[in-house]
Amino acid sequence: MLQSLHKRNSELAESNRQLEILSNGIFEADELPKFKNKLAESQQFPLKARKLEILQINVGYMCNQVCAHCHVDAGPDRKEIMTKETMLQCLDVIKQTKAHSLDLTGGAPEMNPNFRWFVEEAAKAGIKDFIVRSNLTIIRANKKYHDLPEFFKKHNIHVVSSMPHWTKGKTDKQRGDGVFDKSIQALQVLNAIGYGMPESDLRLDLVYNPSGAFLPGNQAALEKDFKKSLLDDFGIHFHNLFALTNLPVSRFLDYLIASENYEDYMYALVEAYNPEAVKNVMCTNTLSVSWDGFLYDCDFNQMLQLPVNSQAKHISEFNESLLEGRNIVISQHCYGCTAGAGSSCQGSVT
Amino acid sequence: MQKTYYDPADLKKFGKISDWNEELGSKFFDYYNAVFKEGHLTEREKSLIALAVAHTIQCPYCIDAYTGDGLQRGITKAEMMEALHVAGAIRGGASLVHGVQMMNKVNKLDL
Repeated sequence: MLQSLHKRNSELAESNRQLEILSNGIFEADELPKFKNKLAESQQFPLKARKLEILQINVGYMCNQVCAHCHVDAGPDRKEIMTKETMLQCLDVIKQTKAHSLDLTGGAPEMNPNFRWFVEEAAKAGIKDFIVRSNLTIIRANKKYHDLPEFFKKHNIHVVSSMPHWTKGKTDKQRGDGVFDKSIQALQVLNAIGYGMPESDLRLDLVYNPSGAFLPGNQAALEKDFKKSLLDDFGIHFHNLFALTNLPVSRFLDYLIASENYEDYMYALVEAYNPEAVKNVMCTNTLSVSWDGFLYDCDFNQMLQLPVNSQAKHISEFNESLLEGRNIVISQHCYGCTAGAGSSCQGSVT
Repeated sequence: MQKTYYDPADLKKFGKISDWNEELGSKFFDYYNAVFKEGHLTEREKSLIALAVAHTIQCPYCIDAYTGDGLQRGITKAEMMEALHVAGAIRGGASLVHGVQMMNKVNKLDL
């Protein structure tokens, strides 16, 4: 099994080193424009936060998988887990926010020992769209997780799960040996209780990340191919496919450098820059909360340790009006969200 | 002077062909873009045809472009290689089928 950058004591486990790489080299020499300058060219700098719509909470970096592209550098060795105390602070915010979506992520969020309690409490707030980003294999990993689908159903959780391809080879290469088979089993269990079925309100969406140094194709076309293949081969239904671009952060950055694809990939991202996508990038309507309660413009900024540019820096200091209108913190990794049709945790943005 | 005939960076400059003849260049790219839109064939199928043709005409720019395009569309290695074998079979067949001409000639002239 692949090891996390932290476990390998890689220099890229340090966010400062990643930021150095993203600011130096081709960007320092002006071979490629810095993201800030590109935004300015289209009169979109500084990028400002709008009204909060999505509160995304990362409840810990521990995961049963070690995916090759993971921007969290998640894995079984990661011990950063949100405490119940921080969860209580999050619940105070969940009760008062006007955001329409609550999005729990990780790692494998289900591995947080207080995950179920947190979901039960958060569900009481009645937020319209309550998302849990489940890696699917966790459902099959251990008996204690086997009833997760029923638990999700009970709390009307919107399940969003990663699936990089409809074939075993490509999926296992990105996410680890045996992941495809377990993911298929988990999807079948979810389907059996109503998740993802055509007329069902139990939402099941899949996330597609390219399994290599290339950008995602058209989201609608990929969704069509995924739906046909998963249905024909395994009888699986799901609702929507979100096509996400891999950002040059953490393990994907490590892969790009190790495979000598970094410069070409950054060129591809910059060439695909789309000012229309900038208008809807997720950092403008999302707030990301880290396992220790600090606030970030997005999950990627969280991993790069780029906190929000606001007086309210921690969930205990949350103030929706103070956070609205803040300047978004950017670096060259942001090109990943503005390439082509754009990319967000909800897929394309144009 | 340029040391090689092909430079991968030139692929990105393809659009500049229009600089020296805007009218014909535009007509070509309009046609090109229309060809690859979904019709009776899907864009995915057209991408695979393009990949096979790219190898038949041995155009390194086209091979670069349509390998990348295929990956973006989720086309698998197995599908790509199968498409190439179609190109290989037609190309090989094109040589061999001329063997009939050779045989005809031999049969006519030989005792």
